[in-house]
Amino acid sequence: MITAEEIKEKIEKSIPNSRAEIINEKNDGMHFKAIVRSPFFKGKELVEQHRMVYSALEEELKRKLHSLSIETGEI
Amino acid sequence: MFMKGTPEEPMCGFSAKAVEVLNNGKIKFESFDVYSDEDVRAGVKEYSKWPTIPQIFINGKFIGGADILVELAGKGELKKMTGG
Repeated sequence: MITAEEIKEKIEKSIPNSRAEIINEKNDGMHFKAIVRSPFFKGKELVEQHRMVYSALEEELKRKLHSLSIETGEI
Repeated sequence: MFMKGTPEEPMCGFSAKAVEVLNNGKIKFESFDVYSDEDVRAGVKEYSKWPTIPQIFINGKFIGGADILVELAGKGELKKMTGG
């Protein structure tokens, strides 16, 4: 299992000046949505922005994080 | 699109979402069920440097997953990309 707080920390540590809001969509500790804002996304394609979020959670995605929806934007 | 299951019977919420977006946009697509071949499932992730399924390609170019597809459709960009 993974908590919303852990996901938030991983993302904010990995992406410069980012703010992440994590929603446990079904309140089951399985289905999460990450809303991530960072000035670092500026000029990057959506694919690149989402890759940065995935890359922050690389290990988690292999094991304990099975459903992650991502929304990204600039600050 | 590389997906889990088939357009008629998607095996995960994100794959179902992607099918729904494409169908709503009346966009013709071909799909491959990654559950039918573990090598393809791993291979496509490696190829596109993207850790999740579904994966959508338009004219050979990797576009992203279900969330990106939804966002592009919402902005009307998906239609342009598919020549509609």
